[in-house]
Amino acid sequence: MSQLAEDAQSEPASAAPASDPTYDGLRLHQLTKSFGGGFTAVDALDLDVPRGSFFALLGPSGCGKTTTLRMVAGLETPTSGSITLSGQDITFAKPYRRPVNTVFQSYALFPHLDIYENVAFGLRRRRAKEVKAKVEAMLDLVELTSQARKKPAQLSGGQQQRVALARALINEPEVLLLDEPLGALDLKLRRAMQIEIKRIQTEVQQTFIHVTHDQEEAMTMADTVAVMNAGVIEQMGAPAELYENPRSTFVANFLGQSNLISGTVASRSADVTTVDMHGIQVSVPAGRSHVDGDRGWVGIRPEKVLIGEEGAELDAPGNTIPGGVISDVSFVGVSTQYLVRMPWGQELQVFSQNTGRTRMFRTGERVELSWRPEYAFLLDQAQDATAGAQRDAQ
Amino acid sequence: MSEGVRRRGRIGYLLLLPAAAWLLLFFVVPFYSLVATSLFDPSGSDFRGYEMDYAFGNYADVVRDYAGPFGRSLLYGALATLFCLVLGYVLAYAIAFKSGRWKNLLLVLVIAPFFTSFLVRTLSWKLILADDGVVVNTLQALQVLGDDGRLLATPVAVVAGLTYNFLPFMVLPLYASLDKIDHRLIEASGDLYANPFVGFFKVTWPLSLPGVVSGTLLTFIPAVGDYINAQFLGSTNERVIGNVIQSQFTDANNYPVASALSVLLMVLILAMVLVYVRRAGTEELL
Repeated sequence: MSQLAEDAQSEPASAAPASDPTYDGLRLHQLTKSFGGGFTAVDALDLDVPRGSFFALLGPSGCGKTTTLRMVAGLETPTSGSITLSGQDITFAKPYRRPVNTVFQSYALFPHLDIYENVAFGLRRRRAKEVKAKVEAMLDLVELTSQARKKPAQLSGGQQQRVALARALINEPEVLLLDEPLGALDLKLRRAMQIEIKRIQTEVQQTFIHVTHDQEEAMTMADTVAVMNAGVIEQMGAPAELYENPRSTFVANFLGQSNLISGTVASRSADVTTVDMHGIQVSVPAGRSHVDGDRGWVGIRPEKVLIGEEGAELDAPGNTIPGGVISDVSFVGVSTQYLVRMPWGQELQVFSQNTGRTRMFRTGERVELSWRPEYAFLLDQAQDATAGAQRDAQ
Repeated sequence: MSEGVRRRGRIGYLLLLPAAAWLLLFFVVPFYSLVATSLFDPSGSDFRGYEMDYAFGNYADVVRDYAGPFGRSLLYGALATLFCLVLGYVLAYAIAFKSGRWKNLLLVLVIAPFFTSFLVRTLSWKLILADDGVVVNTLQALQVLGDDGRLLATPVAVVAGLTYNFLPFMVLPLYASLDKIDHRLIEASGDLYANPFVGFFKVTWPLSLPGVVSGTLLTFIPAVGDYINAQFLGSTNERVIGNVIQSQFTDANNYPVASALSVLLMVLILAMVLVYVRRAGTEELL
């Protein structure tokens, strides 16, 4: 998976030649979907999903992720581009002719059929053998054996969700598509189902493509996450890598939260870029610097920022940023979240783990901030610093 | 609390009262009178008066004498219902799934015939199917009908008239049922390897059954009892039970026979509906 992530990072747009019969995964090449009125939902998308991976397509609503999924399922016809699965072109194949099944956001369980028949539906259409044994094994996998003869309406939301999963999974599709499958569940159930789906995927070893707008869900479940925005993939990689080393302000803000501080590139060396940040020199590893010009956003995650009393030596001299004033404190139990107003007027977020080793600061106190240079990243200042920020976070 | 419940109960009964009184006066009393009349001595007359002698033989008589019209009523009703179902399903399906912004206009057009009288519409069919009319001439030219072939005064005309007159009663419940179907279910069936044809029979059709059941009932029940179509579009050979009842009441003044026919028709339809609904297994869907 890391191999893939690196590929994506070095050359995102050249990943997919139109068709390559040796590639056994799902390949989207220059896939485009325009709707009437000139709205382009998906814009020349190139994407490789390796066989057997748990792949998440993450993005805000309206970013084109569901349209992409529907094109893979055959429920939407691409305007241009191609979809190949195991080297076979399925761009215009009818949905009932592709080895792809979908877990619908609304579940779309057949209300007139009982759970058993819902799960057996795909097998019966393909005149599969041993329907009974397969359905029973599948119901066992999703722990619904005792509900087999009930109608969907008699089941709880979580149970219906599992039926939808079983109904798709039983067909052993080459690719299983999950369209915001947990959106209708409450938080606790959603957590349980995330683990459950991950367990099932590990067990069946099939390719799962999970569409979601919930970054936490994408990061917990998937082994590769593609962040999608305005019809294109912003960045793709393993969850930790995306989180630690975002390449755009959108990714930095959409996956978790980031402090983005305006700075000017002072010097570049083979492994470090030095940035002048409001008169303070900070360094960013070259591999985390995504700026060609000389103005950039220095990014740092709130939990990577250390906070200490004025004059405290948080790190080596010259690597601390003095002059902060606490403007807001919120205690959330495991951590305390501070807003610190910096001398240049910007408020930075700092999450401090409540280890008990440091005391809590109060509003108005003067503090110093610091962070390890290897955690910082540098983004292009041409990008909007608030792109992808979730409303509740800012 | 129990006081409140009791009061709410009392209000419920009060609200029932006007309709109940209306039904008592105009349904229960006449119905009782109808059943009683059906058991009167058939030898009575308007002039001499009738006597109640529990003449259950009246029923045996009408079954023996009027089996033909009974059979025709049921046959014509059933055929009209079948044609309505086929035509109506296609139309309702098109309106529900394929009509886009024309949906409301099409629905208005379905109901539009109700703005003119049933009688006038049936009479105009008489013109449409007339011997020298366009339809007959065209069919003759196409050799579908012989040179002296006709449509008027045939069972074809009666069934056609019934089909036409009761089509909206089929289309509206079918439309209501089809329109409710979540389109994503049809997508899901396609995703699960059902081609559009199989998807229709495995998903759309079963989910539209409530509409099929209520549509067929709303068509079949009035179509069996209807005698206007047979009277205007048929000949004496197409006399249905409604014609017999009407003539027994108004021309022959044979009230016991007319009443026995009415009661028998009612019981027959009721029994068939019960069997049908039970067989369709859609009590829970209705």
